Amino acid sequence: MVPLTHYLILSATLFSIGVLGVLVRRNAIVVFMCIEIMLNAVNITLIAFDRYLNQHDGQIFSFMVICVAGAEVSVGLAIVIALFRNKPTVNLDELNLMKW
Amino acid sequence: MSFVNLAFLVPLFPLIGSIINGFFGLKIGKDRVSWVACAGPVLSFVVTLILLVSIFFHPEGTPYPEQSLFTWISAGDFVVDFGLQIDPLSLVMMMVVTGVGSIIHIYSIGYMYKEYSYYRYFAYLNLFLFSMLLLVMGNNFLVMFIGWEGVGLCSYFLIGYYFEKKSACDAGVKAFIVNRIGDFAFLLAIFGIFKMFGTLDFSTVMAAAPTTLIYDSEAATLITLALFIGATGKSAQIPLYTWLPDAMEGPTPVSALIHAATMVTAGVYMVVRCSALFNMAPLTMMIIALVGGGTALFAATIGTCQYDIKRVLAYSTISQIGYMFLACGVGAYTAAIFHLVTHAFFKACLFLGAGSIIHGMNNEQDIRKMGGLKDHFPITYVTFVISTIAIAGIFPFSGFFSKDEILYHALMDGNVIYWGMGISGAFITAFYMFRLVFMTFHGPSHVDPQVHPHESPMAMTLPLIILAFLALIGGLLGIPLFHGWHLLHNFLAPVLAFDLETALHASERMLAEHGHHTSFAEVLHQAQRTSHNIWLEITLMLFSIGVALAGIATAWFFYIKKPELPGKLSKGQWGFDLVQNKYYIDELIDEALVKPIVKGSDLLWRQADARGVDGVVNGVAQTISLFSKIARSFQSGFVRNYAMFMVVGFIILLILI
Repeated sequence: MVPLTHYLILSATLFSIGVLGVLVRRNAIVVFMCIEIMLNAVNITLIAFDRYLNQHDGQIFSFMVICVAGAEVSVGLAIVIALFRNKPTVNLDELNLMKW
Repeated sequence: MSFVNLAFLVPLFPLIGSIINGFFGLKIGKDRVSWVACAGPVLSFVVTLILLVSIFFHPEGTPYPEQSLFTWISAGDFVVDFGLQIDPLSLVMMMVVTGVGSIIHIYSIGYMYKEYSYYRYFAYLNLFLFSMLLLVMGNNFLVMFIGWEGVGLCSYFLIGYYFEKKSACDAGVKAFIVNRIGDFAFLLAIFGIFKMFGTLDFSTVMAAAPTTLIYDSEAATLITLALFIGATGKSAQIPLYTWLPDAMEGPTPVSALIHAATMVTAGVYMVVRCSALFNMAPLTMMIIALVGGGTALFAATIGTCQYDIKRVLAYSTISQIGYMFLACGVGAYTAAIFHLVTHAFFKACLFLGAGSIIHGMNNEQDIRKMGGLKDHFPITYVTFVISTIAIAGIFPFSGFFSKDEILYHALMDGNVIYWGMGISGAFITAFYMFRLVFMTFHGPSHVDPQVHPHESPMAMTLPLIILAFLALIGGLLGIPLFHGWHLLHNFLAPVLAFDLETALHASERMLAEHGHHTSFAEVLHQAQRTSHNIWLEITLMLFSIGVALAGIATAWFFYIKKPELPGKLSKGQWGFDLVQNKYYIDELIDEALVKPIVKGSDLLWRQADARGVDGVVNGVAQTISLFSKIARSFQSGFVRNYAMFMVVGFIILLILI
């Protein structure tokens, strides 16, 4: 059986990759993907602990996270499309109209 | 109905005139401005006449009527009514102010008609009359003080009437600032009076003065001295006289009304009004007599060397007011008021005559460029000479009676020094006034050939004739020889009544309560000793006529007989230079007072204000701005930067835990 530590290391690695992507990348779509990676890293942790502690709350939590992530992606992508219609770019550094 | 209820109308008429002319003057046209402007003082004069008649029916021994218009200030014990009072003293002043004021308003129509801002002139002049009437009619110190400040303000407006001229503006500012010094002392005196008496009403204060103040005490001396410093500012006495000669920058009728007949005599009126206080302070009385006599002599000497016709008259005014203060200083208040009245007549006439000449000579004021004008200005010449004889003090012109009464009292109630200052002043007065007449009207003509001298219109000559007539007969008010026949003395007696004996006994009692046993018997004895000596008076009169004639003869010798002599004698004489340059007093004040103040202010401005205060204020702003700059750099506007801060912060938090 694969021990808990492996799962947690995998999750932490994925999360760090996500954070790094959010911070470094300029493409809005990629940033979204990175956020999804971070959410799913959390899901892995939740499921891992679920199995390890033999309780089933974690599965329910992870379902909720998946729902929220789906809703978020749909709204976020809608915003990105709306932005793209106004300004033909998805580069976050150029989307600074609201900046004072 | 009592006629006294009409009193409020007297200052109201000029105020209405001032408001109409001030706000609508440009719209209603010059003719209507003239009507409005002259209606104010003339109507006031009529009301004053009614009041004057009604006062003769005033039952003797009862207090004189006062009209309280409204309660002005009420704060605890401190209650001041906006009240007017009608008593012989204020009536005499009201007669002079409204009478001479009306005449000068009519004259101004002719003199100022070519001016563009004609309405502005009359608005100020009417406002001046309003303030002056408040000053003389107020029944307490505070109402008087409003008038006192009001006339100072109007004086400033009218001196600076030709405001496009730098010298006129400077003269206005100078008059205002010098007056302010006196006003400050006057205010201090008002505070002192309130502290001592608990009220500011004239009638209450004067009635309580003999029993509240201690004879010759510090309080009495300080209060009266502060009052007198106030008077020196307004009445142009040493040391605050320097503004009056410069005030001649204003239009000539203004010089006649404000700087000769009325405003500058306000100080004399104030001293006479507060005579009960001054009687309690012999030290102040001595200072007043010395300052008055000194000014009379000092200003007269400067008058002998001036070449500007109006400046000669200005120094003459200072000198004559000096006589009035000399009279106040020896306790001869009636004589002071008497001279105030006659001086108002003859000096107003002299100034208006000078105005008539200036008007007919295209604004030429230098008497060296005149001469031989008597054929060109027949009416002005006759009226000018009448007033000059009056001021020189030749029988039976008005100035003779009033000046002689002062000189007589200076000797009898004062001492030989006062009299000596007065009589030598009289000699110089006769000399410089006739010098003025001779240089202006007689001798060969020095008139610029491009100027065509011409007599002035009716509106200007008629006032001259009226004033010359008054200067001629004004002396009838007080014929001093026959005691008891002195009209003015009898009229003013109830206001000036003062019982020295009661006052001295009260002072002795008050001092005894404090354990000091002083006897004023000697003072009382001294006061009762003097009596009326008719033969001495006649001798003095003959002597002073002789002195005046000698002054005239000297002037005649120097300026008619040998006109080249003054130039020869004065050449290279340091004494002459000294007098010609007004004893360098203006320069002295400039060096000793004005320049250090300007330098000090400059230092304060550059160092304390620009560096100190502004430095602190700017420093605070700069510090805040520095911190904002740092704080602003966090807000780059890039979402990823914020996210990084979040992550970094979270990592730090994790490490800490």
